[in-house]
Amino acid sequence: MSDMKFDFDTSPSGSAFSEPSDNVHFEATKTPLRPARVVLHVFLASLGILWMVPLVISLYSSFRPFAETSRKGFLSAPESLGLANYREALDRGDFIDKYWNTALILIPSLVLTIFLASLIAFAASRYSWRFNIFFLVLFTAGNLLPQQIMVAPLFQAARRIPLPEIMSNSEKLNGSNWMIILLHVGFQMGFCTFVLSNYMKLLPKELNEAAMVDGASLWTQYWTIIMPLTRPALAALATLEFAWIYNDFFWAVIFEQRGDDRPITSALSNLGGEFVTDTNVVSAASIFVIIPVLAVYFALQKHFIAGLTLGANKG
Amino acid sequence: MSTGDDQPTISTAETVASSALDAGKAKKKRSQFTGNDRKVFLAMVGIPTFIHVAIVWIPTLLSILLSFTKWRGNDISEIEVTGVENYDVVLLGAFQGDTIQAILNNLWLLLFLFFGPTLLGMGLAYLLDKNLKGTRIYQSLFYTPVVLSLAVVGFIWQNIMYDQNYGLATWAFGGGDRVDWLGNQEFIFSIGNYGLSKNFLAILMAMAWRHTGYIMVLYLAGMKSVDAALRESASLDGCNEWQTFRHVLFPTLKPINVIVVVITVIEALRAYDIIAILNEPRNTELLSHLTTNALIGEGADNIGRGSAYATLLFLLCIGFVLWYVTNHYKKQENTV
Repeated sequence: MSDMKFDFDTSPSGSAFSEPSDNVHFEATKTPLRPARVVLHVFLASLGILWMVPLVISLYSSFRPFAETSRKGFLSAPESLGLANYREALDRGDFIDKYWNTALILIPSLVLTIFLASLIAFAASRYSWRFNIFFLVLFTAGNLLPQQIMVAPLFQAARRIPLPEIMSNSEKLNGSNWMIILLHVGFQMGFCTFVLSNYMKLLPKELNEAAMVDGASLWTQYWTIIMPLTRPALAALATLEFAWIYNDFFWAVIFEQRGDDRPITSALSNLGGEFVTDTNVVSAASIFVIIPVLAVYFALQKHFIAGLTLGANKG
Repeated sequence: MSTGDDQPTISTAETVASSALDAGKAKKKRSQFTGNDRKVFLAMVGIPTFIHVAIVWIPTLLSILLSFTKWRGNDISEIEVTGVENYDVVLLGAFQGDTIQAILNNLWLLLFLFFGPTLLGMGLAYLLDKNLKGTRIYQSLFYTPVVLSLAVVGFIWQNIMYDQNYGLATWAFGGGDRVDWLGNQEFIFSIGNYGLSKNFLAILMAMAWRHTGYIMVLYLAGMKSVDAALRESASLDGCNEWQTFRHVLFPTLKPINVIVVVITVIEALRAYDIIAILNEPRNTELLSHLTTNALIGEGADNIGRGSAYATLLFLLCIGFVLWYVTNHYKKQENTV
């Protein structure tokens, strides 16, 4: 019990964000408000509001003309609100193209990473063999290395490996979505293997035994017995990996030199210059960039938190 | 690493036997995969391992080797073995200044994350664990920045907080003047020619905005799993709040503390995005920037030097990584 067995049950009482269940906590629910509680609420509310300032002001300023905020400041009552900044940001930032390009990288990366990680996690955690722990160490440690240590050889290899023009504008692996997908799969697999093997390990051993007695093949055991039971962890991981791959900056900046072809987060590195004079168009651009990941987070918050706390081993 | 030649002996009996609960009814049945199952098993292990090793481990080893060479990245036959020359240049020679400042910056980042966001996040978790009304709303507020990329965090802070004329930091602390938050490379305090620059501190603040919620959620999960009865009995025994935290709650959080230490160290060594998106203001470079600048982009033709930087980064974290990972799996071997 001493290691990382967080509560990754996705039932309502399971996640860190759920209402406390009855066995936890003191009598608090029905205590009258004591002065100490009031102070605590005031403190948390003020800090919480302060915490939201960068996002809320980004959103607010994105609807206001630059002329107005530059005269009156960000924290002022609005005279006029409108979507002009969004039109301008869309015009200059090509966000529709960038969303599409991001999806082309994100979806295959996500599916492949989790699928491949589930294979090795299943093989290494459901069966004991000579090197199973070695493999788990290999994947987990690999995921904790700084990406910079891999860059030189990968970059030199990718710029030499040819691809047909239909697969890559540059006719090389470097500068194509394929390379970025490959990097995500290879690198993120470490974390997913770590999480899934921890989870699969906790499923009762008898499951495989019984299936073997029934003559089920290895694949059947994996696909029809273990994978369905691993669903909560898969959901948590998929949510978390969505955010991580969406948020990737490093790989795409290094391996996609053409700013226009970059997925959205890494495209930021050349967006800055385009709107440099207008803070409110920059705000609108920021909103375009963060909307997808915030939407996924708000829709799947429970899985998101579960994913972080159940693996909880990387940044 | 070659899974092809090892033909693993598969035995479910072993695993069953080691599980204390089932020890009684464990049968010594040795079942080995045959035919198709063996092929499936080898593919299950082999394909993911091949991709992971090809993307992560082989390039890591090659980078270490390249750090002992001189190469401009053109023809492979031009690679020239130069021994420790790159390390000499980077640590003692022309680039010594950059290297020391970058390592110091990595160190400031690490210390800052420990004493800023980590303590704040732990404190918030403690307060939010008190079964407050509306605790979920508070949690969401602190947690939201965690889902954003540090690149976006930099982008937003540069615009809303640190704009020289209109930014909220300028508004709050500028006294009516322009403030060049991200350009001011003066040292707040210095050690010889090196130090902690003002613009780096500004960037640290933006990073704290994201990191605090992350730490908070980890501790919150840990605290939720501590038995309330334990705490209640501590308070019945006359422990005050601090004593309860220090002697009852904190020791049970040891696994979380380990994870937080790992996350913080790795994050401090890996950090790249936020400084890169701000165009690497002078005095804010980290080892990761020195690495990539030598490897990629214009005028970057020194694969050996870049690899030497990368190897330094690798050496700074590998001991730590191995310590954590082997401990984790050792424990697992004992408990499963």
